[in-house]
Amino acid sequence: MLLQGKAHKFGDDVNTDYIISGKYKFKTLDMQELAKHVMEDLDPDFYQKINAGDFIVAGRNFGCGSSREQAPLAIKYARISAVLAKSFARIFYRNAINTGLPVVECDTDQIDPGDELVVDLSAGVITNKTKGITIQAKPLPPVMIKILNDGGLVAHFRKYGGFNFD
Amino acid sequence: MGQTIIEKILSSHSGQEAYAGDIVVARVDFIMGQDGTSPLAIRAFEEMGGSRVFDPDRVAFVIDHSAPSPNEGVSALHQLMRRFAREKGIHLYDIGEGVCHQVVPESGRVGPGSLVIGADSHTCTYGALNAFSTGVGSTDLAGALISGQMWFKVPETFKFVCHGTLPRGVYAKDLILYLIGDVTADGATYMAAEYTGEAIASLSMDGRFTIANMAIEMGAKAGLMEADEKTFAWLARFTRRQFTPVSPDPDARYARIKEYDVSNLEPQVARPHRVDNVCPVSEVAGTPIQQAVIGTCTNGRLEDLRIAAQILAGRHIHRDVRLVVAPASRRIYLQAMQEGIIQTLVESGAAVVTPGCGPCVGTHNGVPSDGENVISTANRNFKGRMGNSKAFIYLASPATVAASALTGRITDPREFLG
Repeated sequence: MLLQGKAHKFGDDVNTDYIISGKYKFKTLDMQELAKHVMEDLDPDFYQKINAGDFIVAGRNFGCGSSREQAPLAIKYARISAVLAKSFARIFYRNAINTGLPVVECDTDQIDPGDELVVDLSAGVITNKTKGITIQAKPLPPVMIKILNDGGLVAHFRKYGGFNFD
Repeated sequence: MGQTIIEKILSSHSGQEAYAGDIVVARVDFIMGQDGTSPLAIRAFEEMGGSRVFDPDRVAFVIDHSAPSPNEGVSALHQLMRRFAREKGIHLYDIGEGVCHQVVPESGRVGPGSLVIGADSHTCTYGALNAFSTGVGSTDLAGALISGQMWFKVPETFKFVCHGTLPRGVYAKDLILYLIGDVTADGATYMAAEYTGEAIASLSMDGRFTIANMAIEMGAKAGLMEADEKTFAWLARFTRRQFTPVSPDPDARYARIKEYDVSNLEPQVARPHRVDNVCPVSEVAGTPIQQAVIGTCTNGRLEDLRIAAQILAGRHIHRDVRLVVAPASRRIYLQAMQEGIIQTLVESGAAVVTPGCGPCVGTHNGVPSDGENVISTANRNFKGRMGNSKAFIYLASPATVAASALTGRITDPREFLG
C-alpha cells in the first residue's frame, strides 16, 4: 500500500498526553471529537494544518507515557496516514498496530517539515520526493505484520476467535 | 542457558523455554482496567464478538482516574463500566476505593511469579511483588478478556544494582528519579528493568512499589524485584494464597548492567516538562510554588503520608500554597486516620481528596492556573499533564513536597528533619 502526503515534524519524546490530553480523553469515546485536539499542547492549530494522508514525523521515543489507546486513534481520526519516528515507546507501538495506525521506524533526520513523502508499507521504503532520496524502514516483527494484515487486533479476533499466529 | 526473572515468568506462562527476542503467547493471571481505558476495551470486546469473559475472577475494573465523576461525559463512561462489570461478573472497585495500582496489590491476587496486564501504563508497579506486570492498551485488554492470553516479545533485561543505604531525608522516590535521570526517558525502552542490591532490599514494600511504578518512565516494560521475607510478610496481610518466588539465574544474560552507590544521594527533583530532567534539590531550591500534591500510584501510601505528617506536624503550610493530599486507597486512608496522620495533615492546611488518582491526570481535584508551579509526588510532569499546559510541574518525594508546602518554595526536606 502506498501512502502519500506531507510531513509534519515533531521532536523527541512526544508523549501520549501531548498527543491527546487527559482533560479530553476521559470524557468521551467520540474519536472524531478527540481528533480535533490532537497534539494541541505542542501546536494549538495542528488539527487545522492536516491534509488527509499527511504524516507525523518525529524523533526518538514517540508515544511514551500513558497507555491510552485514544492516542493512536486520535491521530488516525485526524486523517494522518502513518507516524514515522526514529523509535517508538512500546505500548504506543502495540496500540497503533492493534488499531490499524501504521507506524514506521526509520531515520527521520532526512525529513524536513513540509517534505512530500511516499511511504511503501509493504516494502518498508520511504521516498522523500522533495529531497529526491529514499529511506529504509526497520521491518515490523512478523506477529505485528499478521495483525496489521488482518486489519488490527479486533479483526484478528473476529477472524480466529483468539490469537492465531501459525 | 540461564534466565532472567521475566524470561522465567514468560516461560512458565507460555509453556515454552523463552528467551529475550522470542515471541510467545502467554496466559495471564490477572487483568485490570481503569476508567480512562476500560470503556474503549468494552467497545473492542464487543466488536471482537466477545460474549463471556474468560474468567471473571481474574479481572478487576477500577474507577479511579476521574472519581467521583466531574461531569456527565465521565459519568456515562463510568455507567458503561459498571453495567459491563455487573453483566460479566467482574469485580469493580468504585469511587473512593483507591488507585488501581494500590487496590490490585491489596486484593492479594498478585504475587511472586504472577503475570498481570493492566490497561494503564503504571501497571509495572506490581514488579515490586516479583510479578511480571505491564501496561497495555484497550484492544490488547479486550483480547485478554476474551482469551485469557496475550502475545509478548520477550524483552531483554536491564539490571540496576543499587549498593549502600539511602541517607536520612532521601527516599525511594529520590532513587528512582535519579536512575531515570541517569538512563533517560527511553533508556530502557523494550526492556525489563531488574532492580537489585542492598539499597533495594533495605527498602520497605511501600518504597519498592514507588521504584517499580516508575519503570515505565525509562521506557521499560516491567520493573522487577526479587521476593524476600518483606514481600511475603506484606502479602500475608491480604491473602493466604501461596506464591513461588522467581529469581534470576546466576548465568542469566543481561542487555545492560549498571551499578550505583546510593550512600551520598541527595533529594532529587524532576523539573518541567520531562521526568528525566532530574537534578539535586539544591539546584532548584527557592523556586516558588503555588500548589503541592501528595498522593498518586507513586507516593500515596501509608509511609508517604507518615513522612509528610512528620514534617507538617504542628506547622501550617505557606499562605500562598494549596496542598492536595490523595491517599492511594481507602484502606490507607483509614490507617492514616487511626494513626492521626489525616488530622495532622488537615490541621496543617491540607485539602484531603478522595482516594484515587487525584489531580495527577488533569481531570479534577486541583487543576493549576496559567504560569503556576506545582510540586508533586506523581510520576509525570509533562506539559498539560495536570490539565493546564501553561503550568509547570516538579516531581519529588513526599518529604520534599511537604517541606516545600511549608515554605512556599522548593525546599530540601532535611531542613525539617532535625
